Amino acid sequence: MLTLDNVTKVYKTGTFGGESLPAVRGASFEIRPGEVTSLIGESGSGKSTLGKMILRLTPVTSGTISFEGTDVAGLKGKRLREYYRHVQGVFQDPFSSYNPVFRADRVFATIKRSYFPSVSNSEWHGRVEASLESVGLNPVDVLDKFTHQLSGGQLQRILIARALLLEIKILVADEIISMIDASTRVDVLNLLANLKSRGLGVLFITHDLSLGNYISERTIILRRGVVVEMGATQKVFDNPQHDYTKMLLTAVPQLHKKWGAGLAPELEAMGVTSEGEGRPGRYSRSSMHPLAAMHAWKGHRAQVVAAALETAASADRTDTYLRTHEEVPPLVEVEEDHFVVTSAGAE
Amino acid sequence: MGLKVDQLRICYRTLRGDVTAVDDVTFDIADGEIMGLAGESGCGKSTLGNSLIRMDVRMRQLGGRVELDGAELPISDARAMRDYRFKVVSIIPQYAMSALNPTRRVGKMVSELLRSRGFDYKSALPEFERRVKLVGLDADILKRYPIELSGGMKQRVVMIVSTLLNPSLLIADEITSALDVSTQRAVGEMLLEFRDRNFVKTTMVITHDLSILAQVADTILIMYAGKLAEKARTDVVIGSPLHPYTQLLISSLPEVGVRHDEHTLVGIPGRPPPLLNPPSGCRFRDRCPFAFDRCAADPPFVEVQPGHSVACWLHADGVSPAGGAEQC
Repeated sequence: MLTLDNVTKVYKTGTFGGESLPAVRGASFEIRPGEVTSLIGESGSGKSTLGKMILRLTPVTSGTISFEGTDVAGLKGKRLREYYRHVQGVFQDPFSSYNPVFRADRVFATIKRSYFPSVSNSEWHGRVEASLESVGLNPVDVLDKFTHQLSGGQLQRILIARALLLEIKILVADEIISMIDASTRVDVLNLLANLKSRGLGVLFITHDLSLGNYISERTIILRRGVVVEMGATQKVFDNPQHDYTKMLLTAVPQLHKKWGAGLAPELEAMGVTSEGEGRPGRYSRSSMHPLAAMHAWKGHRAQVVAAALETAASADRTDTYLRTHEEVPPLVEVEEDHFVVTSAGAE
Repeated sequence: MGLKVDQLRICYRTLRGDVTAVDDVTFDIADGEIMGLAGESGCGKSTLGNSLIRMDVRMRQLGGRVELDGAELPISDARAMRDYRFKVVSIIPQYAMSALNPTRRVGKMVSELLRSRGFDYKSALPEFERRVKLVGLDADILKRYPIELSGGMKQRVVMIVSTLLNPSLLIADEITSALDVSTQRAVGEMLLEFRDRNFVKTTMVITHDLSILAQVADTILIMYAGKLAEKARTDVVIGSPLHPYTQLLISSLPEVGVRHDEHTLVGIPGRPPPLLNPPSGCRFRDRCPFAFDRCAADPPFVEVQPGHSVACWLHADGVSPAGGAEQC
């Protein structure tokens, strides 16, 4: 189990590092074995920074990250390598994770060299093939290929197979499917979800709420480096408490529900019927009262745009903790396994 | 009037031969319509969009005709297209964030752009400022450098600049892919607003994200490996698609509310065929669970219901299999 306790990361920016930019502030959560934890946030929320800190790719400014009781920050040499045997990451761009000059399966050879030098070649080959098969790849298709000969999905799965060779306990998956085509995207997602049955803990970092909802047991919503809401996925999604979570949920584009669908009942009250199921509102221009509908929707849309843009700006005014360096209020448990930060608006 | 594309074929010239990225594409967009163009990477959707505004030196038009507002659009004549670009046909590029000149203030950049097209910046300024306010930005943005703006702000600036001269055709290429969900929504609503205010006549939204199209598009055109797969009204494509590719694509999309332990989605096995020397017949054949012997011939793109066209032998009863298959 990996535990984060009050982890803060401040980047030095500006000339000679004269200014500081807090990227993550006071984040405390844990990644449990056998669970997928989604870390959801928009750009600049610090979600990737958290992943990097867990993987020791960037140092923690304050707070501790501990893995099975040991503080990760102090690990060096042999013990750090031992840590990486258990904790591995896969990143967004599969093409830049590989060296295009070498064949893709070289990533397995490097693992063998640093972690399993004593394993015989034939046994190693068997392990590699078993690992590839466990991620749904046919070894014949991918071994001895160069990166440009493989698809993004295949490359990402090779990276996961590589991590699995190490008998890892925690996998940090940072936006791993955003560069994969829609038709194969869900296969990689399913693979991640299946990893938990092997007792792995997965930290799934994403900006896409629907993906987080699809595979994870627990959800953490991050805003401007602050954990604003976290808990069991179903509780967070069914009963969002923080305004920001609510805003994200209404903004996420969905196939079968229009952005403005929430207004449909009001329109019906006005005597406007929507044309067909799943297409309320916007298309009612051609239905009963086109003018009324159009005006209602135009007004509504303008409000929505204004509101979306406003939320981005106004939260900084109301929630003082989002201003940099301000103390972050503690998370409050609203129901079992569902925590929300106390914001100025909630009081 | 609107846009009419008839049997358009575009290829890329490479050292290994011609790659036909857009193969025999026929569709039209009515005035006031927002058409979504969706497909996987490499299916030719961006090539199609780019060919309507600027042909790359590697691109060649092999055939077909494009008509905008009743007159032919000379897409393969780069010089003649100069008169159309920005005024009649405009694009919001894929990387709008980097489309702004970093060394010019926004206002200066717009004035240079307008002057280069023979327009007066002063007289266009009030309208520009009005639209800047419309999308929720401050008018003092004109005095700022692009580096001072956030990604979403830059995207909005680019959108206003692209549509400033009220083009007939607007091509929006992957404009939401690099944005956060809340900004995605604002940008999507902006496209609708621009249409409703007649800033643009016809809009073509190119994206790989069907859920965005479900929000903004009136009709959706699905492309696969350079060919058209299906075209219909948005609710038809989302709700009752006919082409197996569309069906599988839509069923593989996770949505808020779908959970892995309750309902496991499946992807489409395999990958699209190479466009250099593509296989004959239906290009989705190898990945299609319904493939049968007729699929060895090229399926025609036929209208099966009013406004609903599909290229699949399962739905092409009454069309003879002969004649359709022609090679590049």
